[in-house]
Amino acid sequence: MTLDASIALRLGSLDLVVDLTVADGDVLAVLGPNGAGKSTLLRVLAGLLRPDGGTVTVDGATWDDGATHLPPHRRPLGVVFQDSLLFPHLSVGDNVAFGLRTRGVRKAPARAAAAAWLARVGLDGLGDRRPAELSGGQAQRAALARALVGDPALLLLDEPLSALDARTRLTVRAELRRHLAEFGGSTVLVTHDPVDAMALADRVLVVEHGRVVQAGTPDEVNRRPRTDYVARLVGLSLLPGTGDGRSVRLDGGGVVAVGEETAGPVFAAVRPESVALYLARPEGSPRNVWPARLAGATPHGTTVRCELAGEVPLVADVTATAFAELGLVPGADVWATVKASEVAVYAR
Amino acid sequence: MSRRERTVPAPLLVPAGLAVLFLVLPLLGLVLRAPWSAIGPTLAEPEVGQALRLSLVSATLATVLSLLLGVPLAWVLARSRVRGRSVLRALVTVPLVLPPVVGGVALFLVLGRQGIVGRWLFEQFDVTIPFTTTAVVIAETFVAMPFLVISVEGALRAADTRFEDVAATLGADRWTTFRKVTLPLVAPGVAAGAVLCWARALGEFGATITFAGNFPGTTQTMPLAVYLALQRDPEAAIVLSLLLLVVSLATLLLLRDRWLGRVAP
Repeated sequence: MTLDASIALRLGSLDLVVDLTVADGDVLAVLGPNGAGKSTLLRVLAGLLRPDGGTVTVDGATWDDGATHLPPHRRPLGVVFQDSLLFPHLSVGDNVAFGLRTRGVRKAPARAAAAAWLARVGLDGLGDRRPAELSGGQAQRAALARALVGDPALLLLDEPLSALDARTRLTVRAELRRHLAEFGGSTVLVTHDPVDAMALADRVLVVEHGRVVQAGTPDEVNRRPRTDYVARLVGLSLLPGTGDGRSVRLDGGGVVAVGEETAGPVFAAVRPESVALYLARPEGSPRNVWPARLAGATPHGTTVRCELAGEVPLVADVTATAFAELGLVPGADVWATVKASEVAVYAR
Repeated sequence: MSRRERTVPAPLLVPAGLAVLFLVLPLLGLVLRAPWSAIGPTLAEPEVGQALRLSLVSATLATVLSLLLGVPLAWVLARSRVRGRSVLRALVTVPLVLPPVVGGVALFLVLGRQGIVGRWLFEQFDVTIPFTTTAVVIAETFVAMPFLVISVEGALRAADTRFEDVAATLGADRWTTFRKVTLPLVAPGVAAGAVLCWARALGEFGATITFAGNFPGTTQTMPLAVYLALQRDPEAAIVLSLLLLVVSLATLLLLRDRWLGRVAP
């Protein structure tokens, strides 16, 4: 059950052009900022929106092209939305059985299948409850059961974890990972949380302003981000430039020394923990030393994340102790150093 | 500080108090002036029972008719993308602001024996509508249905349409979605609209007397009986008014507990 989609759609100020393929049993994460068109993409795949152009085929069957538009209720799919959207007037069990009933399954077998799925998602015996009596995590589990009970060809997850509190999100994410591994169809997961994408997906599609800006495995996207948005998500400073031997001339001015030979248009990526800060220009000669101004500082656990403004814009993580000892305050002038071997460099 | 926020400014308090007096005093007067000894004999009169029965039956029929036609209309107004929808909404709510007597005249012109539709009905089927119980139901429906439509449309607009999207992704076509999801979600709004509609139909006077006349047993509803009694026998009018008041209040309270109270889980 392979999903092949090539979609073009204009909706208000959004201009969406996306191609994607999801193989049998695979999970594709669509990662992007709010307003990038992720949810719109999902609505097109679900058949709730008709694209202006392009095709959607699942398992060889055409769901959308210039001539045909299969309405959503005729598509074998399951959708989980951000807020579980369980029907408030039905019991949890009837919610899960809903898709079977509309597709002609009789009441008793539908109830039995719903009960079995509720047990599978850890809600054994809660079928008679009202949705309002469930916790957020339970409701989202029930919504997952409701989406999967009909054994769909395509599973669409729209920010399924973002409405949950941090602790619940961890457990539900782990469970979701298990269910996705057991699910035989294609899955498209829309999220703005890179952790969801890294934990759940086989491949990641980064969408910004309606366009795919990067596609790859979670590891590739994590280690070699191609846009500022992704770099910031995964906590890297991304410096576009031109390779010249063992250094990169940055587009924004300045030069970065790197640990390997490089040429042509490249990205240099710097991890915040590789950046060290000093009040005076350090002795000795680390090859990358830049003057900078501390633009902002936010505590992150035991470290402080420092935004640096200057010729080379960087983010530095320093320990809270070091931050205090240096007496850093926003606006302070500092020196930032990075070892050449700590700079990742890859072609643009 | 919180005490200060709770005090009502005098410019609001005085008119608000007057409004309460204005709304409650007449009802109180009705109760105070009730000729208690005359209640039994008045209610025992066969015409009273007839009028009450006719009122209840016709108001209920008008409400059923309004539900059957008005709920679909509300859906069209709230959900469809029909062109000229706002004009349509304005048109169907005209009876809300139209003097009921004018509505009665209009109905007569259309459904009367010389009317556009009425003549055809008479010639083809030998059916005459004015001055029948059917005319009572039609007049009441004409006046009361907009209350239901407005109420249900409001509920539909306030309802979360994402539930309908979910239903579609679960294999429900639009009709199934309407029956299984939309209608249950707006049930409180439909119930509230039906109560308003029923109460308005029960009290209908102008359109009824114009279009259906005032014939005991067939078209004389309680409000008409009250009006007639007031000219003949004021004490009977008070008794009949009290009866209508009790019926209205009882219905409101009953439905509040049975339907409207169960809005939120």
